[in-house]
Amino acid sequence: MRSLRFLLQKEFRQIFRNTSILRIIFLMPIIQLLVLPWAADYEMKNINITVIDHDHSPYSRQLISKITASGYFILQDYTSSYNQSLVDIEKDKSDLILEIPASFQKNLIKENESKLFVAVNAINGVKANLGGAYLISIIRNFNGNIRSKWIQFPRFNPELNINVVSSDWYNPEMNYKYFMVPGILVILVTLVGSFLASLNIVKEKEIGTIEQINVTPIKKYQFVLGKLIPFWVLGLIVLGIGLGISRLFYGIISAGNLFVIFGFAAVYLLAVLGLGLLISTYTSTQQQAMLISFFLIMIFVLLGGLYTSIDSMPHWAQMMTKVNPVTYFIEVMRMVVLKGSGFADIKNQFLIMLGFAMVLNGWAVLSYRKRY
Amino acid sequence: MKPAITINNIVKFYGAKSNKTEALSGISFNVNEGELFGIIGPDGAGKTSLFRILTTLLLADEGEATVDGYDVVKYYKEIRKRAGYMPGRFSLYQDLTVEENLEFFATIFNTTIEKNYHLIKDIYIQIEPFKKRKAGKLSGGMKQKLALCCALIHKPSVLFLDEPTTGVDAVSRKEFWEMLKKLKQQNITILVSTPYMDEAGMCDRVALLQSGKILSIDTPDGIIEQFQKDLFAVRSSKMLPLLNDLKICSEVEDAYFFGAYHHVVMKHKNEEQQLKNYLSKYAGDGLEINAIRPNIEDCFMALMKNTE
Repeated sequence: MRSLRFLLQKEFRQIFRNTSILRIIFLMPIIQLLVLPWAADYEMKNINITVIDHDHSPYSRQLISKITASGYFILQDYTSSYNQSLVDIEKDKSDLILEIPASFQKNLIKENESKLFVAVNAINGVKANLGGAYLISIIRNFNGNIRSKWIQFPRFNPELNINVVSSDWYNPEMNYKYFMVPGILVILVTLVGSFLASLNIVKEKEIGTIEQINVTPIKKYQFVLGKLIPFWVLGLIVLGIGLGISRLFYGIISAGNLFVIFGFAAVYLLAVLGLGLLISTYTSTQQQAMLISFFLIMIFVLLGGLYTSIDSMPHWAQMMTKVNPVTYFIEVMRMVVLKGSGFADIKNQFLIMLGFAMVLNGWAVLSYRKRY
Repeated sequence: MKPAITINNIVKFYGAKSNKTEALSGISFNVNEGELFGIIGPDGAGKTSLFRILTTLLLADEGEATVDGYDVVKYYKEIRKRAGYMPGRFSLYQDLTVEENLEFFATIFNTTIEKNYHLIKDIYIQIEPFKKRKAGKLSGGMKQKLALCCALIHKPSVLFLDEPTTGVDAVSRKEFWEMLKKLKQQNITILVSTPYMDEAGMCDRVALLQSGKILSIDTPDGIIEQFQKDLFAVRSSKMLPLLNDLKICSEVEDAYFFGAYHHVVMKHKNEEQQLKNYLSKYAGDGLEINAIRPNIEDCFMALMKNTE
């Protein structure tokens, strides 16, 4: 026990003496949490639109003003030639083209039907998709409005209408920050927990100090615990800081008990620390460890359901998310923070995480052969 | 006297099967208790591999070894308690201070600085003024002293020093050997390796190691006595042509640079006159021929030539 205490004392001393690492540990989560949620915005705004109006009628003007007034679109250009509008797309000035035919108003009144043409710049898939959908819903809305204006209500509604009213549970305003911030926090805790720990161990290999440690009577588990405990503590501190920031800057107050989050995080950190330990046993320089970590974090983020919904991934990718510990913590964070889930609700994730912790640490300890 | 270290036919390979390099090819010798034993050999001779095997960091492919009576494979835990190891590369914590490093190593060996202070006192006093300084900020000589202190703090019965004086200035080297002599009086067995031949004279016994083979084991004087041939130091103002002429001379067995002189080993005894006659053309160029007593390096060169 005395050896372990001294190992811990030495680790903390080294961490607190290394100001650049300390700054990374504490400033990185703060800055990332303040910046990233604003950038990871799913709502499309500032979509540039070019309108080709061959009609110049009151209706066409009404439609255009309705589009620009929606707040999603910026009228980039107003022309009368399709070819000219294509130049805008080519120069990437415009994302959407709306072409209003010459007889738009006439046909609408006379034949009760008219056509519009929409062209989308699909270079940026998300923008194209959402922009097109927004535009179509605006046009549909416009259509509904004008009809209600000139059609006298008959006694019976000639068309059957299903009116859908939706209500968003757990996040009534559909504020994406409410689910992005807890997710980003998970990534930060993962970074501190596993990658800093693996770098720390590999550093001892690289400098050669592990050689000196290996000829002492220190036991395998003492050395490993001495490395893991400091980062376990730091991970929980970073989580605390992160939750504080999300409360202060985003007004996110966890609906569930904070103990549930910390309890899960304690086990989660064990799992990712095991991963860090594993990386360190398979690498011998900090550079190698960095590159592997970088590779893994990309996979974790993109296959963790942070930015994209897991349900919309292909089946094989969904399988991969199942062996990604980050997935479960993101899920739990969102459940607890937004929904107020308790221990009983996250029992499955908790057990899975416990399994991760045991497998990863067991593997790491087996492959960390202090002796040779 | 019972041996503190026994080494019996140790073989170590590196690399894959197709590309095997033999680092140690069947080495055997014993080191007696309380002995200051030197392993002298050029870079790549296998010194560090041998040290790593004895300090339980590396497994030998063949053969066995004991340290302080314990087998290095079976009882590695015992050896780790009673051996002190100072690797060739400075491997203490550079971001901890001198004092913290010492305290750390004392603690993990379950002892305290106070308990064994008498062992390191003479050495520690020299670095004590810098005890609040980080180890990484010490000079090379200071680092060596600190590393020695850390290797000694648990009162090891056997001390392994892997090239402790490499990269250290001449004065510090001398001091370092003085310290080792004092440690010997504490009845600590010391195994030290060095690439510097001139340090061999400081050891009780030396082993000359070359490409994984032991060329000779003896006291420094004993090794010199093995050198039976006549040796001359020769110089003139035209050194290079002189060496070339010496090398093709039929009476000369070997000739090589040695500082400001060439050392010339003769094939037969009492042939100084023949050498003088042979080199008479250099008489106008300040030719000097002196019979000299061989040193360890001459012996090493001769032994190396024999094994070739």
